[in-house]
Amino acid sequence: MTQQQKRAIVSVIGKDQVGIIAKVTTLLAERNINILDISQTILQEFFTMMMLVDITNLEDLESLQQQLAELGKSLGLTINIQREEIFQAMHRV
Amino acid sequence: MNFAMTEMLETIRMVQMENLDIRTITMGINLRDCADSNFEKMKQKVYDKITAYAKDLKAVAEKTEKEYGIPIINKRISVTPIAEILGTASKEQAVELAKTLDEAAKTLGIDFLGGFSALVHKGISKGEQTLLDALPEALSSTERVCGSVSVGSTKAGINMDAVRQMGEIIKKAAELTKDQNGLACAKLVVFCNPVEDNPFMAGAFHGTGEGEAVINVGVSGPGVVLNALKRYPDADLGEVAEIIKKTAFKITRAGELIGRVVAERLNVPFGIMDLSLAPTNAMNDSVAEILEEIGVERVGTHGTIAALALMNDAVKKGGAMASSYVGGLSGAFIPVSEDNGMIRGITDNALTLSKLEAMTCVCSVGLDMIAITGDASAATISAIIADEAAIGMINNKTTAVRIIPVPGKKEGDMVEFGGLLGRAPVIGVNPYSSEKIIQRGGRIPAPLQALTN
Repeated sequence: MTQQQKRAIVSVIGKDQVGIIAKVTTLLAERNINILDISQTILQEFFTMMMLVDITNLEDLESLQQQLAELGKSLGLTINIQREEIFQAMHRV
Repeated sequence: MNFAMTEMLETIRMVQMENLDIRTITMGINLRDCADSNFEKMKQKVYDKITAYAKDLKAVAEKTEKEYGIPIINKRISVTPIAEILGTASKEQAVELAKTLDEAAKTLGIDFLGGFSALVHKGISKGEQTLLDALPEALSSTERVCGSVSVGSTKAGINMDAVRQMGEIIKKAAELTKDQNGLACAKLVVFCNPVEDNPFMAGAFHGTGEGEAVINVGVSGPGVVLNALKRYPDADLGEVAEIIKKTAFKITRAGELIGRVVAERLNVPFGIMDLSLAPTNAMNDSVAEILEEIGVERVGTHGTIAALALMNDAVKKGGAMASSYVGGLSGAFIPVSEDNGMIRGITDNALTLSKLEAMTCVCSVGLDMIAITGDASAATISAIIADEAAIGMINNKTTAVRIIPVPGKKEGDMVEFGGLLGRAPVIGVNPYSSEKIIQRGGRIPAPLQALTN
């Protein structure tokens, strides 16, 4: 990883249904955001997905946050995007 | 991916379900260069400097919290102890300056500004006496200004003349705000061994050893620690300490990261992380409930102090490893009115004033946000302060008293302070008089502990 790259984690949590990944990734693609890694599982009946995305060239994280939140609301899911460093700080020495 | 799913979920759960947040980002601002023999000029300089330095504090903090997904609850400011710049100003002018500080806080949209303070642990200078005289009116005629007074230290002993005055000041401040249950007293802390870089209110001020401006950070995470412990109901106490330590480490790292980002974006040096666990009135965000989870049925019963000592120490051990610069108070905060578990302890008669005093011996801070009966005399309040100061002086630690003698209220009544300050059950004080020890005045000499050189 280059030091200049800014990365964020998109987390999607909620009731499993058809097309979650398609809808989230479509939105990200529309905003020209590259997905670096993706991991998905069903935890206690809950659909849980984490995506590592490159936001180096993203000017406006806030509007993306809003778009994701709205998409989440329409699907009954919680979708968040936050900078990767917070996970780094909390879970790596 | 660099992280396991469980790790990422843990962070998200801590924020969304367990109230992990940055309790406060506090910008310390030096006001010494605002001193001026012309009071009007000084007032303008103070206002201009604060509003210029902290212009972007709120906006930057709000942007950062969104980006990193960790809420920053309060943005605050601490300033040079105002007594140090008062010079020959009159009491009325000191009150006016408090109003100027209040206005600056409102302009910036921050909830509290601390530093209407005086350090009088050995003697009282002219400016400091002016500030003490102005305190009741200053705190009752402003909304967001917080004050603090240092009346003792391990190195200097306890200034009992200042302690006597503080009893009277607190009574007067309560009387002036009797319509709001003595709210002015909730913004006034009496210290022994205060620290210069405390980010938490009401006791924050920007000490003399500090630079031009600084960012200090306090995190909050009782809910996170409580939930971590709940997952291990059968752990022995060594394991309990380990769980608290690990949790404190994670909480502190999050705080340190956010603090550093905010400091960098504001182009102000990062000062310290305060490792205190600060409760809120939110469900399950209580320090007392952690003690109850460790194994006392109600906070205040036998075993409480052992549990508190274990918890406080484990938080420090975890936090000290997580942050490069630890400072502030870094102890357990157990403000009664802001912690649902503490409130319940008192209403269920498990927790008393004497037990609260004893708890101070093993954690920092002291008697915080305690409502007592309105008929408690000034001398009794002074004596309560003297007791706490003595604990701090002898044990080389910070202790503080933030006590509210609620006018017209009796033991058992419940009073509301509103907002973050919460609500508190009124507790009774010892009916016997402490008048004589307070009237004697003078200074309690510095203890042997001071002779360390």
